[in-house]
Amino acid sequence: MIEDIELAKNIIAKRIAREFKNNQLVNLGIGLPTMVANHIPQGVNVILQSENGMIGMGPAPEPGKENPEITNAGASMVTILPHGCYFDSAMSFALIRGKHVEYTVLGALEVDQEGSLASWIIPGKKVPGMGGAMDLVVGAKNVIVSTLHTERGKPKILKKCRLPLTARHVVNMIVTELGVFRVTPGGLGLALIEINKDTTIDEIRANTEAEFIVSDNLKTMEV
Amino acid sequence: MFDKIINKNDFASLIKDGMVIMVGGFLGCGTPETLIDLILASGAKNLTLICNDTSFVDRGVGRLVAAKQAAKVITSHIGTNPETGKQMVEGTLNVDLVPQGTLAERIRCAGAGLGGVLTPTGVGTVVEEGKQKITVDGHEYLLELPLHADLAIINGSTVDKAGNVVYNATTRNFNPLMAMAASVVVVEAEKLVEPGELMPELVMTPGPLVTHIFKSEKR
Repeated sequence: MIEDIELAKNIIAKRIAREFKNNQLVNLGIGLPTMVANHIPQGVNVILQSENGMIGMGPAPEPGKENPEITNAGASMVTILPHGCYFDSAMSFALIRGKHVEYTVLGALEVDQEGSLASWIIPGKKVPGMGGAMDLVVGAKNVIVSTLHTERGKPKILKKCRLPLTARHVVNMIVTELGVFRVTPGGLGLALIEINKDTTIDEIRANTEAEFIVSDNLKTMEV
Repeated sequence: MFDKIINKNDFASLIKDGMVIMVGGFLGCGTPETLIDLILASGAKNLTLICNDTSFVDRGVGRLVAAKQAAKVITSHIGTNPETGKQMVEGTLNVDLVPQGTLAERIRCAGAGLGGVLTPTGVGTVVEEGKQKITVDGHEYLLELPLHADLAIINGSTVDKAGNVVYNATTRNFNPLMAMAASVVVVEAEKLVEPGELMPELVMTPGPLVTHIFKSEKR
């Protein structure tokens, strides 16, 4: 296992960043998914959407250049790049639901072997609301879940989500610090397609509740 | 020629207990803060608030929740305002959580004269409970109904005296949608200009949608 959580998160972010191709429109969630932006390879131009109403989102502003009228979906002040533009919330979600967004990357409370995701509520404990997550996972062409493999020793990749769902059968790929899983479309199961060189298949099985097959073409996770 | 500019007393006279009010903004960005001040001062109770999120306890629409002036909120996210969750658990505030894109479309279709919208969002989740499911070309959708309000309060970056509005950067969000979906629409103008000063091509909310203009006291 990789005990250093910051290192684990960077492994995940770095691996996901390698998925993108030039000029793709991508939406990154708050938290770990936001870190993906720091690892996009040189020469790959990714257009970032923020669902509060912009594409072409740039990095955090330099000190003294903050503009409270330019914020991201987490209320942090950001910048806009020269190719960017602004729009209202209906347009923003038309882009999302209308399959114009290539990738959405988001975190999970639970994700399961059918590609269902729970990310917005722990009944009786924490009720933040779904925000834009339900639309993003239903609408984006590719849904990538970024998550630490376990939380306090408990697996996050389950046979079936126990918490209320964000959506069912929508996840295409799950990236953890230990490996990469591909979900067979239609909720038909998981395949381990990449493995971190610092772990073993046995260790992954011991820390995964879900059933999965190991791809015949298993690769080492490049991070 | 245009007689849309109102003062504090005029605005206060519009506020009634039990009203349904839409409030523009996204986590406080693009919210009419002076109009929120005036609703706070009015002491109006049992409001239904329609807003993207309940912001923060000390910012935007979140201040109305913290002051316990709302009986119900229809919103997509409450996680940044602990007061919303607390009042929900205590049973004093009814919280209707709606996916953000669905909230935008429900407001938009009210303003566009449509009877509802079919969306795939929420199928197979608790969001579908109590809703009509309609299958089109083999795909399942939820029928989501229009959301209308008695009053919409929106924030305009530059407003001309005819009511034409331009929104800067990400302050736009829900503001132009709400400007179409309420019986009375009040825009808080950060900058007020004469008709003709805005480029017609750049106007985002056409003047006739705006009932009243209030000059902002922000800054």
